[in-house]
Amino acid sequence: MVSVDASHRSFAPGKLVAVYIGLTTLLAVAMFCALTIGPVSLTFAELWAAFTGQGTIATETILMDIRAPRMVLGIMVGGSLAISGACLQGLLRNPLADPGLIGITAGASLAVVFVIVLGAGVIALLPPVLEVAVIPLAAFAGGMAVTFLVLGTARIGGQFSVARLILVGVAITAISGAMIGVMVLMSNDQQLRELTFWTMGSLARSNWSTVVIACVIMVVSSLALLRYRRELDMMQLGERAAFHAGVDVGRVKFQICFLVAVAVGAGVSAAGPIGFVGLVAPHMTRLFIRASHFVVLPVSALVGANILLFADLFVRNAIPPSEIPIGIATSLLGGPFFLWLLLRNRRI
Amino acid sequence: MIEGAAINLSLGGKPILKDVTVGLHPGELLAVCGPNGAGKSTLLSALAGEHALCAASVRYEGTAANKLSTMQLSKRRVVLEQSPTLSAEFTLTELVELGAPIGVAPEEMDALTTPILTMLGLWDMKDRYVSELSGGQRHKAHLARILTQLHGNRQMGHRCHVFLDEPTASLDISQQAVVLKAMQRLTREGVGVLVVLHDLNLAAGFADRVILMREGRVLYSDVPSAVLTEERLTDTYETPILVETASSGQMIIQPRF
Repeated sequence: MVSVDASHRSFAPGKLVAVYIGLTTLLAVAMFCALTIGPVSLTFAELWAAFTGQGTIATETILMDIRAPRMVLGIMVGGSLAISGACLQGLLRNPLADPGLIGITAGASLAVVFVIVLGAGVIALLPPVLEVAVIPLAAFAGGMAVTFLVLGTARIGGQFSVARLILVGVAITAISGAMIGVMVLMSNDQQLRELTFWTMGSLARSNWSTVVIACVIMVVSSLALLRYRRELDMMQLGERAAFHAGVDVGRVKFQICFLVAVAVGAGVSAAGPIGFVGLVAPHMTRLFIRASHFVVLPVSALVGANILLFADLFVRNAIPPSEIPIGIATSLLGGPFFLWLLLRNRRI
Repeated sequence: MIEGAAINLSLGGKPILKDVTVGLHPGELLAVCGPNGAGKSTLLSALAGEHALCAASVRYEGTAANKLSTMQLSKRRVVLEQSPTLSAEFTLTELVELGAPIGVAPEEMDALTTPILTMLGLWDMKDRYVSELSGGQRHKAHLARILTQLHGNRQMGHRCHVFLDEPTASLDISQQAVVLKAMQRLTREGVGVLVVLHDLNLAAGFADRVILMREGRVLYSDVPSAVLTEERLTDTYETPILVETASSGQMIIQPRF
């Protein structure tokens, strides 16, 4: 098999190692900050004591029940969104591709909004365990329903059409947006606050029960996406040339879209729809390093995890005790940086 | 051997290939010529197994193309499109290595690509980004990519043939000769090469056999001196064409002004 070594010649191995070390160090800093900075600030000694079982109950509760699941979710959502975005951009050969583009995020959000506004009575009747899980499940079901709808309608005469996939995704996003608008008009104050979370995203509701399930799905689907690095490189030659080189283009397109849908659906079910990361993380990676997907996918994942953790730090601490929706923060932090990179680099 | 037997293909309701029978033999350089819209590129893509509608009519060493997987097809033939593209910012080396079949070890990569890059005069620019190369250099870079696929396949014991669609269109006169001489060398190693050419002089100078097409049909198929005659070319292109033989014995073909 063609190895990683053979596929990033544009990239000095030393520089690649430096990028990995730099991003991993940054992520470690972000993780440390995520665990220690907040309404209750913790020192390194307190952190160490809590992890070794020698901390106070209050410290351990803050760390293990609130901050740690939130941090893990942030890393996983950021990483999987970035890999999903990089895969879609590579697959569609379109720098504007984003997981939101194929309607999955909108479908998941719509399902949740429906449940919150119209299903409040039904939720109240459920046992507490199910009550907690019903909204994430709705998000996941909504995302998957849209996925199958989009994948099903994107086939013409047995062939999988990416253009049709995007157009169906755009239509579903538009319809979902309109229906969410109607639901917002129908909602009361309490529901409206709830809707903000599910339309702009947040890591605030992280708890181990939802985080573990979502993270397992995100890790499995992201690792599966990493297996398509060679095919994604081939797709940069165009679909015909990729076919000539041995890529079963239709099958690869379907499988990548399906895995992206699963990863994004799982992310939305735990953290709501978080925009911008899937678009910007791969671009930041490509602006720093012009290399094949063997490098772009894992580096994008690190960039995405960093973006989301730092964005979450910002929203948690900008105007305490209130919390800004993280979707606003990812755009506020990432947008200007992205613009600066674009202006600095004239290749795009 | 790659054979197409009575290929009929319609695209968008319009018949493009009409009852075309053609074979590419090992060790043969076969030039496909004809006016615009004759169906040359479609014939190439049909023989490459791209069209499911007629894949049953194409056989690779006796096996119908529709019975071969995409990966199996890629082991039996390599294809250079008329206008190859590249969306990513790859270096020339990265692009060329994309052609390496699965199974080529990283330590074998240099041994596989270096002779190809050297032969095509690309060695000095192997670390440059493809986007920084001229149009002709880019075309040669893609040619190097498919030759890497070819040689990788052959190293693994696969009998593999070459399809080229207008490989000389963006090259200067010396580079045209470099490319076609490289193809001639391949034929001496037993590789069959099918090349779509607009330049009849190149077809006359390098091909072992020429197919002349018009309106989706093969009109003539024979050695160059038999096919590229004034009468046949004038009839095929519907314009007066002059064919002369230089003192060196080389055929010179041009429109009669």
